[in-house]
Amino acid sequence: MKKVKVFITLKESVLDPQGQAVMQSLHNMDYQNVKDVRIGKYIELEMEDSADVAEQVDAICDKLLANTVIENYRYEIEEEVHS
Amino acid sequence: MKTAVIVFPGSNCDQDMYYAIKDGLGEEVEYVWHAETSLDGFDAVMIPGGFSYGDYLRSGAIARFAGIMPAVIEAAKAGKPVLGVCNGFQILLEAGLLPGAMLKNKHLKFICETVHLKTENNETLFTSLYKKDEIIRIPIAHGEGNYYCDDETLQGLRDNHQIVFTYDGENPNGSRADIAGIINKAGNVLGMMPHPERAADALLGSDDGLRLFQSILNHWRESAHAAYTS
Amino acid sequence: MPLTHLEPSPEQIEQEKIYRTMGLTEDEYVEVKRLLGRKPNYTETGLFSVMWSEHCSYKTSKPLLKQFPTSGKRVLQGPGEGAGIIDIGDGQAVVFKIESHNHPSAIEPYQGAATGVGGIIRDVFSMGARPVALLDSLRFGDLNNSRVRYVFEEVVSGIAGYGNCIGIPTVGGELQFDDCYNGNPLVNAMCVGIMNHEDIQVGQARGIGNTVMYVGASTGRDGINGATFASEEISDKSDEKRSAVQVGDPFMEKLLVEACLELTKHEALVGIQDMGAAGLVSSASEMAAKAGVGIHMNLDLIPQRETEMTPYEMMLSESQERMLIVIKKGSEEEIKAIFARWGLHAVAVGEVIEEEVLRLEHKGQIVAEVPSDALASAPVRHMPSKVPAEYTDNQAAPVWIPVIEDYAGTIKKLLVQPTLASKDWVTRQYDYMVQTNTVVAPGSDAAVVRVRGTKKGLAMTTDCNAKYLALDPLVGGKIAVAEAARNIVCSGAVPLGITDCLNFGTPENPEVFWEMEESVKGMAEACKVLETPVISGNVSLYNETDHEAIDPTPVVGMVGLVEDLDRVATVSFKNEGDAVYVVGQAAPEFGGSALQIMFEGKASGKPPVLNLELEKKRQSQVLAAIQSGLVSSAHDISEGGLAAAIADAVFGTSLGADLHFTTDPAVELFSETQSRYLISVPEASMKAFESAVDGAVLVGRVTRNDKITLEFASDTVTLDRPELEKDWRGVLSCIMSAKN
Repeated sequence: MKKVKVFITLKESVLDPQGQAVMQSLHNMDYQNVKDVRIGKYIELEMEDSADVAEQVDAICDKLLANTVIENYRYEIEEEVHS
Repeated sequence: MKTAVIVFPGSNCDQDMYYAIKDGLGEEVEYVWHAETSLDGFDAVMIPGGFSYGDYLRSGAIARFAGIMPAVIEAAKAGKPVLGVCNGFQILLEAGLLPGAMLKNKHLKFICETVHLKTENNETLFTSLYKKDEIIRIPIAHGEGNYYCDDETLQGLRDNHQIVFTYDGENPNGSRADIAGIINKAGNVLGMMPHPERAADALLGSDDGLRLFQSILNHWRESAHAAYTS
Repeated sequence: MPLTHLEPSPEQIEQEKIYRTMGLTEDEYVEVKRLLGRKPNYTETGLFSVMWSEHCSYKTSKPLLKQFPTSGKRVLQGPGEGAGIIDIGDGQAVVFKIESHNHPSAIEPYQGAATGVGGIIRDVFSMGARPVALLDSLRFGDLNNSRVRYVFEEVVSGIAGYGNCIGIPTVGGELQFDDCYNGNPLVNAMCVGIMNHEDIQVGQARGIGNTVMYVGASTGRDGINGATFASEEISDKSDEKRSAVQVGDPFMEKLLVEACLELTKHEALVGIQDMGAAGLVSSASEMAAKAGVGIHMNLDLIPQRETEMTPYEMMLSESQERMLIVIKKGSEEEIKAIFARWGLHAVAVGEVIEEEVLRLEHKGQIVAEVPSDALASAPVRHMPSKVPAEYTDNQAAPVWIPVIEDYAGTIKKLLVQPTLASKDWVTRQYDYMVQTNTVVAPGSDAAVVRVRGTKKGLAMTTDCNAKYLALDPLVGGKIAVAEAARNIVCSGAVPLGITDCLNFGTPENPEVFWEMEESVKGMAEACKVLETPVISGNVSLYNETDHEAIDPTPVVGMVGLVEDLDRVATVSFKNEGDAVYVVGQAAPEFGGSALQIMFEGKASGKPPVLNLELEKKRQSQVLAAIQSGLVSSAHDISEGGLAAAIADAVFGTSLGADLHFTTDPAVELFSETQSRYLISVPEASMKAFESAVDGAVLVGRVTRNDKITLEFASDTVTLDRPELEKDWRGVLSCIMSAKN
């Protein structure tokens, strides 16, 4: 089994109102050194081993998990150790 | 004219759309379940608002893979009128039938109110009964109606007169170029965040939306007539 | 392996008094032993502790609730089921109920409020009705407090998140701010549904051998002991009980509504009940007890979201979006097919048995067996009561009369008090239009929702002025009912009945219990005179923070019937030149008024007097005038007095008012004397209106300009509508956006 950790973030050019709101709030809390906040999604997939896991994950991200008009994604594939 | 109203799990404006067509327009209308695979026999397709599949992941993202969607795409390609309202607009974007994407509203809050729309393009099959630049009153109700596209796409929308409705006055959600509704290049697929089906009965405050449905009907009558005489 | 082997033995529970930490008193534990004829095991102790909590059993409030009138010629179902039902003619009926989610909302405001909405919706559709509207009665503390702002913002988001997604319009409610709710907000949600008489369902497990099915979401460990939690006061330790708060899934509930409404048309359905507070144990034991039968349930079959759950955890879980149904034996597959179409579980988990016990099987063993009705018969507690010294002082206090020099300035200041300010910031976050039946949107005295396919409409409102109750709960209780009825009448509807949500402090405090007694007495009296029976309700006690109780806040939710939607009235003035009438004469009654709170920072003295006979007579006259089409607008004069009522009538229009009075300006403008109305009437109907409504005094005309002119013998007050309206609309958005 593989554990796939997918990270989805808004593209640089796209305004992130949630991130802006959090940054404003951090500034109000006096964390003036916070210069930017971007909010994204974290998704975990558990997948059976196969030769083309990475290819499949790319397809899954392109088709469903991310909207590539506004979002970027990256992922990490880890060995899942079962107890 | 026989219209299909697509029902996804989580659609919640399906009945409103149904009654706008049945009672407001006085035409035949049927619900079509998301798991169906054919839209044969329907003259127009409505994708209603709501929270299809809970809008989990992203608004409209999961609905786009429903069994009925190939038939919707086929109907669009065949030139049948396809209208997506609110969540329906989001689904059309996710399905690639219209360009761009939706972001959360600028103020991050859901917003429900009746807004003023400017009819930017009245030469579409959906808007022929409005005047050019006519201001109409239509309700909005959404949390993710902040339309986004890149500069190139925006220029394309402008060049091809694909921007059909814009918000007049204050932009309620931060959408690019005040966009409230856009149409595809072929002119038969309209996506809009405001709800014309909620403005189809004067008792509820506005019937400005009814003319959108009447425009579709007129178009259908004319094309049916053209087909008959040709 | 489930961790059942770690649970204490029956002997340990008794010796170490573990039942006390679970919420049972000494006497109650003794009673449990008597009912069982033995010592309860851990699971059984859990079942009793949750079912005998105030939230589930009403053990403290029951003796008081008996005073409420619960029947009437239109009542089809009174209290005792998921929600009450009232006939609205043509074979149709309206179903409604209000319920509190105060404690969960104090701890986790978004989910607390969201699941409150989810729960009340299930109560309504479990009766076989389609939910058509939601209302929310909300109370928070001082908005200068950042925690209060956080809770307020999240509660509103939670209500919006749930209601908007499921597609039921949130059409009304109330929003008030007062220091007494600083640590203990009130979140009361009301749901209204419409159904046909033949679809009425009951939560009963009839028919020996019939199948008990579990439908909806899986069971997890969320919300375990939520019901006992709701029956304790909030303290610093409450944060540690976070697991007692459930997470809502409105998408799941939307599917559940549709599937269950399909189910109610199926002849195989015998009974259906929501798994709300106290989850499986309350639904199973109540369905069995009401039918005089038993239920045998195999817990291994319960759909579980987590592993190794114990019987205790499964029975007490308050996971949301679940229902228990009883169906005719042999029809399991048909029922499963209905739910499968909506992508939902429907699992046979037990059967109806003759022996009147709730018997639970787990891993091949019987893990609990208790008489069905035992769980539903918590020993009633008769609490001592005592007149609070504060009440006696207030009764004896000299009448408070305000000294006002600048009337225009006072009105301006009054209208920007958060409780009186525009609620737009909240209501525009709610989808109040979905289902396309909302004829009167939030902002009027009552919302009006069309009954599709008919000329009829349903008017609905929630009401309670807790300041009056804090001064005199008997009078305040009467006023809460009367004012709700006035709101309904002002929209052109006949009041049909009420649901109530009785929010109080700790009943062990004799002064709090006295407040409960007096409030209920007052409400019951008003319900009798105004012919509005109580058809459902909820009691929320222990609303205290660090021993500071909230003001007594028995919220009244009322529904009325509009016979003809062409004759609906709203608060807004409509036409230039219409005559403006004030019905009822103001007396110097300022106790508990918005003006007194603004000037003095607290309520004192006596609340306004309420004459129920006059109230009833005037309501029927005003209603008749509206129904006859004589009236352009109608508004009851309540919080903030006539000054606030006039502002409400011109805001949102392009109209003004030119009014002349011969009375004392302070009393005329700010007194909260009861049974008064502000009504505008077209010129042509003036004569008919004057003969239809006694005590209507012509005070002036609606104008087409931006001015409000109020002329008195001593002063002339002039106000600029756009300026006044701008300030009034901006209050909440300004507070909420400026401070994070």
